[in-house]
Amino acid sequence: MTDSFLRLLGGVPLTLQLAFSSIALGLALALVLVALMRQPIAPLGWIAHSYVFVFRGTPLLVQVFLIYYGLGQFRPFFQDYGLWWLFRDPYHCALLALTLNTAAYTAEIVRGGLQSVPAGAIEAARAFGMSGVTLYRRVIAPLGFRQALPAYGSEIILMIKATSLASTITLMEVTGVAHKLISESFRAVEVFLCAGAIYLAINFSVTALFAVIERWIAPDLNATMNKP
Amino acid sequence: MPTAAKTYFELMQWGPNGWLDEMVFATGLTLIIALTGFLFGLVFGGMAAAGRMSGHPLLERASIAYTTILRGIPDLLVIYLFYFGGSAIVTAIGNKLGYDGFIGVPGFIAGTLAIGIVSGAYQSEVIRGSFMAVPPGEVEAARAFGMSGLTLVRRIVGPQVLRYAVPGLGNVWQLALKEAALVAVVGLAVHWSGIKIGDVVLIHETRFSDLLRQAHIAAGSTRQPFPFYITCAAFYLVLTTLSTWLFRRAEAWATRGMKRG
Repeated sequence: MTDSFLRLLGGVPLTLQLAFSSIALGLALALVLVALMRQPIAPLGWIAHSYVFVFRGTPLLVQVFLIYYGLGQFRPFFQDYGLWWLFRDPYHCALLALTLNTAAYTAEIVRGGLQSVPAGAIEAARAFGMSGVTLYRRVIAPLGFRQALPAYGSEIILMIKATSLASTITLMEVTGVAHKLISESFRAVEVFLCAGAIYLAINFSVTALFAVIERWIAPDLNATMNKP
Repeated sequence: MPTAAKTYFELMQWGPNGWLDEMVFATGLTLIIALTGFLFGLVFGGMAAAGRMSGHPLLERASIAYTTILRGIPDLLVIYLFYFGGSAIVTAIGNKLGYDGFIGVPGFIAGTLAIGIVSGAYQSEVIRGSFMAVPPGEVEAARAFGMSGLTLVRRIVGPQVLRYAVPGLGNVWQLALKEAALVAVVGLAVHWSGIKIGDVVLIHETRFSDLLRQAHIAAGSTRQPFPFYITCAAFYLVLTTLSTWLFRRAEAWATRGMKRG
């Protein structure tokens, strides 16, 4: 049992690396998507909306296979453009799939957060003479961020769980190691308990972290909520 | 190899020369897996919600543990547990009964059960939330009218829980549909021995796979993976879009008596 646990712990760095790289890159892409949705040129907005529709409407595993196995068909093309190193490597493919996927979900979360900002608050800020960047920086962004935070916390947990799909394209993160251990020993329950405990520990830490951030950025909200 | 690459429409013919028929049947099996898993989930979720609200400390704690754990670990891990763990248990029972050798649990059954257990954890939260959304005053009023037990559930609580639960269940259904793709990793789904009357073969012996598995098989067989994975993605998109539309209709129907705005 200890042996299995230690070997599973060896997969944790890769799990965390996949999760946090894809979350960071996905957030950047999501902000671009939201910017596209909120600018006046309609076709650019349609592109962003279609992107979100397609990536939210198909399973992540299909996206992983499409990128890793499907794009392999165009090897000569990628080689001509010097991009083959990217699509040859399962790590890059998994990272790409996870990033593209979470960007779609994150874009919806960010968009929802921005939409939740009351029109009155924006009007008041405009009446004060704020506009453009100042308006975003002082009013829309902080209010939207606060509103979007709980949903974003759930998305991060979903992403940590989603890194397990990288094991299907040979990556040895926690689930990959678990699969290997189970096929070697057939002690499925023991391995499952250890791997499950590792994922739960990671996800509880993320939940706790988000609870702290929520209390920190919205002390007034919590003060009113906690009143008897 | 290397045979000339076929065009997309040559690959996607209906019948023995193309893969369209296989892909469509595989979509059907994926739907069945998702639907069965979702219904299992409704049972597990309902029981967990009942346990959570029972007021019995042990049941409450068990239900909290169930929903927290199953929502905190990857679905793929649960599928592996059911597939490999299930096979180990079935083999052990088989050996006790005098059959020596390995007995595998079909991936279809392991996958469906795993989807059911996971989606039950999410559904339990949806059901509990809907129960709590029913105003307690209405239950009190119904009791004051002399309603109790089944009548109360049938006339007051049940319809409202259903109404509040529709959007949440819609989300869980979308999750189940997308989780059905994970069944592909535990392999071949269902073997159908065909229908024969005497020597006349009515339906040929077939192996059904789920949609992603089928795409994987076709990709390997033709060495043209991209068309199949993209078709697989497109079929999923059709399923999820249709589901969104259906649940929106259902929500409109369930809330038809409510005031808006």
